[in-house]
Amino acid sequence: MSMDPLHQFKIKPFLPLHIGGYDVSFTNASFFMVLTTLTICLFIHFATRNKRLIPSRLQVSVESLFHFIADMITTYVGKEGGKFFPYVLSLFLFILFGNLIGLIPYAFTFTSHIIITFSLAFFVFLGITVAGFIKHGTHFFRVFYPSGIPIYVAPLLIPVEIISYLSRPVSLSVRLFANMVAGHVMLKIFASFAVLLAGTAFIPAAILPTLLNVAITGFELLVAILQAYVFTILTCIYLNDALNLH
Amino acid sequence: MEIGAAKMIGAGMATFALLGVGLALGNIFSTLISSIARNPSAKNDLFPIGLLGFALTESIALLAFIVAMLILFSH
Repeated sequence: MSMDPLHQFKIKPFLPLHIGGYDVSFTNASFFMVLTTLTICLFIHFATRNKRLIPSRLQVSVESLFHFIADMITTYVGKEGGKFFPYVLSLFLFILFGNLIGLIPYAFTFTSHIIITFSLAFFVFLGITVAGFIKHGTHFFRVFYPSGIPIYVAPLLIPVEIISYLSRPVSLSVRLFANMVAGHVMLKIFASFAVLLAGTAFIPAAILPTLLNVAITGFELLVAILQAYVFTILTCIYLNDALNLH
Repeated sequence: MEIGAAKMIGAGMATFALLGVGLALGNIFSTLISSIARNPSAKNDLFPIGLLGFALTESIALLAFIVAMLILFSH
């Protein structure tokens, strides 16, 4: 039982599998991603099984998640964002349930790995850029030239705009990854304090880090939901930038 | 200087970035509170923007955390 705070992020292969020199084992990260997807699908399926006009409480929860994202898209993207609704909803639910399931003790938070958050952010970036090119063609490069600025500022502003556009997948992925890592490292450190204090003569002192951990777990619940929300809302804002060039 | 001591000092210095983040977060929420106080009916419009600002600023704090972790735990 290692008390090193970074040991909890280790990827352990459950079913080693090698195809042509590539390691495609089924790891604990894969297991939790499958578990998250199954949880989302079963939750939505059982909540909307007996659809009633006056919904039951479970049905209300699924409908409110649905409307939350639908409202976000209509507010931030407009009418053409409707095409992107399934993608944005899946992204939001995947990150939300992934973060929340990671808070269960002994569970693995797959969003705490930069490669997973970077894959999500990279495909958001790629999809939005491709959608912008499909809609506008070469006129898409106008996104780097905000309207209403004097022409002499442009040579200074356009490289800055390009760099900030290219840094979007990096900031999206690092924000989610760092929030999850920081939260879980904090939980692990205070838990190790409790274990170390319980080993000393004054055992009741071990209750204090445990109570602090309870408070931190509450805070981490907020952070899990907030980070999923921020990822999704930034996706909608970037989509709006690409579809309606400023 | 030993490499272990230098790592500790480097990780401690990386937390100086939190000064700016603390100022920024206080700024965001003070503006949010005073604008809700001026116009209480705008609460439902302003609060999501406040949360978005909070999360974006917090990401800078976490970049500092990542730098400290890189300094401490890389070989």
